[in-house]
Amino acid sequence: MSIIYDGTLDKDQYKGVFGEAIEALAAEDKDVIYLDCDLMNSFGTYKFWQGNKNQAFNIGISEANAVGIAAGLSAAGKKPYVHTFGPFASRRCYDQAFLSVGYTKNSVRIFGSDAGVTAAFNGGTHMPFEDMALYRAVPEATVLEVTDAAMFRALIKLTKDRPGLNYIRTTRKNYPTVYSADHAFEIGKAETLTEGNDVAIFAIGLMVGEALKAAATLKEKGINARVIDAFTIKPLDLETLKKAAEETKAIVTTENHNIIGGLGDAVLGGLSELGIAAKVKKHGVQDRFGSVGDQKYLQEFYGLTAEKIVETVEAVLA
Amino acid sequence: MSEVSNKKFAAQVRLETIKEVGKRGFGHIGGALSATDLIAVLYNDVMNYDPKDPNKVDRDKLVMSKGHAGPAVYAALALKGFFPIEWLDTLNQPGTHLPSHCDKNLTPGIDMTTGSLGQGVSTSIGLALAQKLDGLDSYTYLCTGDGELDEGQCWEGALFAPSQNLDNLIWFVDYNKRQLDGATEDIIDLLNVAAKFESFGWHAQSIDGGDVDAIKAAIEVAKSVKGKPSAIVLNTTKGAGVKYVEDIFMNHHIPLVDEGLAEAIAQCEAGLAAIEA
Repeated sequence: MSIIYDGTLDKDQYKGVFGEAIEALAAEDKDVIYLDCDLMNSFGTYKFWQGNKNQAFNIGISEANAVGIAAGLSAAGKKPYVHTFGPFASRRCYDQAFLSVGYTKNSVRIFGSDAGVTAAFNGGTHMPFEDMALYRAVPEATVLEVTDAAMFRALIKLTKDRPGLNYIRTTRKNYPTVYSADHAFEIGKAETLTEGNDVAIFAIGLMVGEALKAAATLKEKGINARVIDAFTIKPLDLETLKKAAEETKAIVTTENHNIIGGLGDAVLGGLSELGIAAKVKKHGVQDRFGSVGDQKYLQEFYGLTAEKIVETVEAVLA
Repeated sequence: MSEVSNKKFAAQVRLETIKEVGKRGFGHIGGALSATDLIAVLYNDVMNYDPKDPNKVDRDKLVMSKGHAGPAVYAALALKGFFPIEWLDTLNQPGTHLPSHCDKNLTPGIDMTTGSLGQGVSTSIGLALAQKLDGLDSYTYLCTGDGELDEGQCWEGALFAPSQNLDNLIWFVDYNKRQLDGATEDIIDLLNVAAKFESFGWHAQSIDGGDVDAIKAAIEVAKSVKGKPSAIVLNTTKGAGVKYVEDIFMNHHIPLVDEGLAEAIAQCEAGLAAIEA
């Protein structure tokens, strides 16, 4: 297992990764049930649905109902996986996820696709910048964001028997490859991607690749950045955070999400829990709504780029 | 059929419910009483369960989506031996097994946590779907209120269940015509509820929900219908069977203390005695 990042994008789009992975998992475990809200064609699962009407159900455009049905299936011993776009997988079914799943101690995996600006041409109505904030506030919930295809495949399996509410945020497209196919992930354990003691950059999802690019630029400027993939936002890896706070001069968090309630606040909360003082700067969407455009434009628009990470690091170290 | 008649069991559940809520001094009494005849028939004469093994896999399940009827369900569960009858004295006391709204993790025999209205519709569909997938012959019973039908989630579930031919799902609507703020017709008039279900692809019946024999018969009819879920609209009275409560128009959540409590208990005892005579 290893880190194999060289800036190249994963060759498979993650909707295809999910479609293959869920079909294989359903074949292995008859209790795996997949529910979607009329987005199977968009998430690579249409073929699976057509071929297996006992393990794949199209609930229609009714996210609250889908999450409630998943809760009922869980109470009867099934292992439901639910998918829809991130804003609908959080805002439209929040009370159902909170009560029928979380509070009731049912176990459901909810996949929210089109993380942040990756919603691109679907625009502001479809662009979740707050989904992780909502799910972090559900007691005992697990909140994960996908970094690359190898991790996505692993998380689909790792959450199968994980109790409680699991929210997995992903894109349908693809990010740069970071991990080898056999990399072993652990929920609750962040991945340290580069070594460095000047600054620690905690990144998730889309921003992991940007952070690695930023680290290369910073290196040329004589700044050694420790890039940490904090894909496990809840539970947060406090050990890695403690080490970073103690061994580096500052922490920068970067996320394709509102800086309110996401990774940055999780890191600050972690430091508070640890009782450690550290210089922290949150980088991400600055309390804005989503908007429409191609992803490159939107990354520039919201400042979700390696260049902005470099600027943020330089400012925090200045 | 148990050794107790449905009518007598319903009267016993009423009495225990009043005493239970009276012990705490207040509670959601109106809607608990309107659902009592249904609860009595289900636990006395319809559902397959084992109080010694509340989680047995092939049991029938009840999702009391109007979770505030919990106290009446608890009375039935206690009388059937799921837990000691003394527990009824602990309703809403610190550390209790019996909260206002049903909680499957706290109370033996409660099949689903409810309280946020509408949510039981979807969870009951999940339970019924799992019974089908597992090849079980068991049923899932769902009870919602009438005001609860204001929630959009009810209608999402009503649309979906027929698409899966869930003939093992029976949905009772406790149509007591009143919700917290008054008469349903003054808030959102539900008009013909059974016709709504029919148009959504359900088999629908509308019956006297205070008549235990009519409830039993309607369930038999519902079970005979294959290929689609069934809805049974129970025309009930909020506070049914206890005149003291019935006479309070806004009886969704009321105090039950002192002379009022004594009067309500006396009415329940008289009702029970009349059946036993």
